[in-house]
Amino acid sequence: MGIAVEGAFKRFGDFQALDDVSIDVPDGSLTALLGPSGSGKSTLLRAIAGLEDLDAGQVVINGQDATTTPAQKREVGFVFQHYAAFKHMTVFGNVAFGLKIRKWKRPEISDRVHELLRLVQLDGLAERYPDQLSGGQRQRMALARALAVEPQVLLLDEPFGALDAKVRKDLRTWLRRLHDEMHVTTIFVTHDQEEAMDVAEQLVVMNEGRVEQSGTAGDLYEHPANEFVMSFVGEVNRLGDHFVRPHDMDVVLDPDERTEEALVQRIVALGFEIRVEFTLGDGTEVWAQLTRPELQKLELREGQIVYLRPGQTKSFSSGEAVSAAA
Amino acid sequence: MDAHPASIPPVQAAPRAGIRLPGVGAGLGRGMVVLYLSLMVLLPLAAVVDESLSKGLDAFWSSVTGDQAMAALKLTVVCSLIVVAINAVFGTIIAWVLVRDEFPGKAAVNALIDLPFALPTIVAGLTLLTLYGAKSPIGLDVAGTRVAIVVALCFITLPFVVRSVQPLLIEMDREMEEAATSLGSGGFTTFRRIIFPNLLPGVVAGVMLAFARALGEYGSLILITGNIPFETEVSSVFIRSQIESGNTAGASAVSVVLLALSVVMLIAVSLFAHSGTHGEKRGILVRAINRVISRSQLGGGS
Amino acid sequence: MTPTAPAKWGLRGLAFGYLGLLLLAPVGMIFYKTFEHGLGPPVDAMTSPEALHAIQLTLLMVAVAVPLNTIFGVGCALLLVRRRWWGNSIVDGIINLPFAVSPIVVGLSLYLLYGNTGWFGPTMAEWGIQVLFSWPGMVLASIFVSLPFVVRETVPVLQEIGTEQEQAASTLGANGWQTFWRITLPAIRWGVAYGVVLTVARVLGEFGAVTIVSGSISGETETMPLFVAKAFEQFQEEAAYAGAIVLALLALTTLLLMSVGGRKAKASSGGSLPAAELAVSTSNTKEGS
Repeated sequence: MGIAVEGAFKRFGDFQALDDVSIDVPDGSLTALLGPSGSGKSTLLRAIAGLEDLDAGQVVINGQDATTTPAQKREVGFVFQHYAAFKHMTVFGNVAFGLKIRKWKRPEISDRVHELLRLVQLDGLAERYPDQLSGGQRQRMALARALAVEPQVLLLDEPFGALDAKVRKDLRTWLRRLHDEMHVTTIFVTHDQEEAMDVAEQLVVMNEGRVEQSGTAGDLYEHPANEFVMSFVGEVNRLGDHFVRPHDMDVVLDPDERTEEALVQRIVALGFEIRVEFTLGDGTEVWAQLTRPELQKLELREGQIVYLRPGQTKSFSSGEAVSAAA
Repeated sequence: MDAHPASIPPVQAAPRAGIRLPGVGAGLGRGMVVLYLSLMVLLPLAAVVDESLSKGLDAFWSSVTGDQAMAALKLTVVCSLIVVAINAVFGTIIAWVLVRDEFPGKAAVNALIDLPFALPTIVAGLTLLTLYGAKSPIGLDVAGTRVAIVVALCFITLPFVVRSVQPLLIEMDREMEEAATSLGSGGFTTFRRIIFPNLLPGVVAGVMLAFARALGEYGSLILITGNIPFETEVSSVFIRSQIESGNTAGASAVSVVLLALSVVMLIAVSLFAHSGTHGEKRGILVRAINRVISRSQLGGGS
Repeated sequence: MTPTAPAKWGLRGLAFGYLGLLLLAPVGMIFYKTFEHGLGPPVDAMTSPEALHAIQLTLLMVAVAVPLNTIFGVGCALLLVRRRWWGNSIVDGIINLPFAVSPIVVGLSLYLLYGNTGWFGPTMAEWGIQVLFSWPGMVLASIFVSLPFVVRETVPVLQEIGTEQEQAASTLGANGWQTFWRITLPAIRWGVAYGVVLTVARVLGEFGAVTIVSGSISGETETMPLFVAKAFEQFQEEAAYAGAIVLALLALTTLLLMSVGGRKAKASSGGSLPAAELAVSTSNTKEGS
C-alpha cells in the first residue's frame, strides 16, 4: 500500500526533469521530497497527482496502477504553494467545492465544512473571501479544501514557501500534528532541509532529476551517500577530499600532528551557537560551530592563530562513502 | 516575435488537468473556432480580393490608378497626414494637462476624451455639422470643403495620441526630471531633452494608429463633406460610389489597397512597440496600444 | 518639472481651446439643437413608426450578434491561452483583421458573397433566405465588425488568473465542464463583461457596412445610425438630431460602463487599468480621496 513510483522519466523540451526516479512511500507516512530548484521534486509530486504525464514509468497508488488515471479520478488532495484559492468563492465555498462536485446534500456539506474549518482553526471565517485572509489562513483553507473529500493521499507543493518565517514554523508544527491525527499518506515538497528534517519521517533527496538518497533525517545526516547529500542535508566544510561537519571541528590552542593552523577571521554569535570563521594556511575558508561555554573557555579573538582538529570526516572520492574518525 | 497588436500570449504550460471539455476535444474546439472565423471574416475578405482580380491584373491596376481613384487616395492621405500632425501636438499637450495638472472636473474631461471613439461615426459627423455647417451659430460654415474633412478626422482621431502618451507620462520617473533640474536644466529644456524623448514612442504609436484609422473613415465624412469627386471625395466614399454604379471590381481593387495599407500600418505599430522600446516602457506601450486599438473601434472602425 | 505659471496657463489654454472647439462645443450644440423647441419634437420624432422600427432593428442586431461573438470570444480565448497550437498566431492575426477593414469594405465583401451573383447568393435564394437588404445581412456585418472585442478583453484576464485554480479543481474531482463553469468562467467574468459592453457599443454604432448591406429601406432595414443619416438627408432635422442624441446618450453610457467595468476587471484579475481609469485614479490618490 502507500505510493510507489517506478522508473519515472519526464522531459520538458531540452530539460530532463525526471531521470529514472523510483520512490516508495509507506502507507500513512509523512515524506518530504527535498532538493534544490530544478531537482525535479515538484514534477514528481505533480506526476503523482496526475497534473503531469510521465514519458515513461509507473505511478502506483494504494496498490493500483494510476499512471493513466486522470487527476480528477485519483483522489489525491493537492495543496499549491500559492494556495490556488477560488477567489470568487467564500472560504466555505472553497472547502465545500469537492463535496458539491460529488453531489453531497447541503446539510451534510455544511457539517463537514464546519468540521474541517474547526480542524484548521478557521471556524468563524467561513463567510470571508480568500483575499480577506492572511497567507497562513489561506493555506490552512487550502488544506481543509483538500482534506474535505477524504483523499487517499495528500500532496503539498512547497506549501509554506510563500509565507513568513514565523508563520512557516508554526504551520510546520501544525502540519505534523495534523498528520499525527489523520494518518493520511502525505508527501510534501520543500527546498528547506530544516523544514524537511523537522516534519518528515522519511526524506527523499533529489538532484537534477534523480534520487540521491532516501531515509530518515538521522540516516541522511550521519550516513550521507554522497557529497551532494552531505552538503544539502546539514552544513559541511570541505578540506580537500574530506568533508567535515562544523560541529565536528575541534578548536585547540596547541598544535599536534593531526591539527592544521588556522586564522580566526570572524566570530558570529547566533543565539546559543557561535559560528567561528577561519582561514587555513592554504587559503581555504572553513567554519566551526561552538557553544558559548566552549567559546568562553578558549577565549578566541579575531586575528588569533589557533589549531583545528577535524573529528569525523567523510570522503566520497572512491564512489563509496568513507568515514574516518580523526 | 509575433507581429500583431493583440500579441500571442505565452501559452501557460498546458497541464494535463484543467480545462478539458469532454466531448469537445481540442480538435473539435479548434475546428469550430476556425469555422466561425472563416465564415465571418476570411470568406468575405477573400471575396473582395477575388473580385478585385476578377477582370485581371491590368484592370486591377487601372482601377487603382484611375484619375478619380487617385484623386481620392491623394486627398485621403494628405488630409490624414495633416490631421495626425495636428493631433500629435495637441494630443501631447492634452495628455500633459490631464496627467500633470489639477482642476475641478478633471475626471469627467478625462473620460470624455474617449467620446470620439465611442460615438457612432454618423453622429460625430452630425455633431460637427451643427457647429461648423450651414446653420452654424458662429457663422463658421466649412461644410462641403476640404477643411471639413480635416475637422472631422481631427475629431475622430483625437484620442489616439492622448491615450498612447498618457500611460507613459504617468509611469515616468519624476526623479529623472529632478536630476535634470538639479543639474541646471530649465523647464523647456528638461521637457525637450528628458521628458519628450520618453513620450516619443507613445506619440509615434498614436500617430500611426490614427493614420490607419483616418484612411478608412467613412461615417463622419459622409454628411459634412459633400463628397464631390476630385474635390472632397475620400477613398471610402469613392469605393461606395463605385459599388453603387456597379463597378464592384474597381471598388474591390481600391478596397484591397486600403486594406493593405491598414494592415501594414497595424503590423508596423506592433513591430515598433516591441522593438522600438524596451523594458518596462515596452510593456506599458504595448498595453496602451492594445487598449487604444480596441477603444477606437467602438463608434465605427476604419 | 513644474511649469511656470504662464506656461501652465498657456498649456491649459491650448488644451481646453482645442477640446472646446472640437469636442465640447459641438456636443453641447447638438444637445441644444435637439431640445431647442422643448422635449416634444424629439420625443415625437423618436416615437414615429420609422424611428421605433429602427430602434427595434438595432436591438435585434445586438441580440443576435453579441451572444454569438461572446460565445466565440470565450472559446477562442481559451484556445489561444490554454492550448498550444501552431495555428494560434494565425487565429490571432485574423481576429485583428476586422480592426483594419473600413466598414465600406465590409459592406462590399458581404455584398459580393450574398448578392445575386455572389458566391452564396443563389444558394441562399434557393433556400428562401434573404441575406442582403434584410436583417441577416446586417447581422453578419455586425458580427464582422465587433468580432474581436470579447476575445481581446478575455485573453489577458485568462492569462492573469493562471491555471492553478483549474488544476486545484481537477484534483478535487471536477471534470472539464465543471471546472469551466464553476471556476474559470466566474474568474474571467469581468473581462468578458467588459468585452460585451464594447461589442454592444460597436454594433449600435455601425454605419458604413450596414449602409451597403441593407439598402437602407425605411421602416424595414434601417438601423438607428442609418435612420439618422437618412433623416438628415431628407431635411428632417429634428428626427436626425433626436436619433443622434439617443445614440450619443448610449455612447456616454458605454463610457460610463467602461469606466466602472474597467475598475472591476482590474480588481478581479489584478491586471492593469485602462489608460482612462488610470489617469483618474492616480489623481484621486494625489488628492487623498
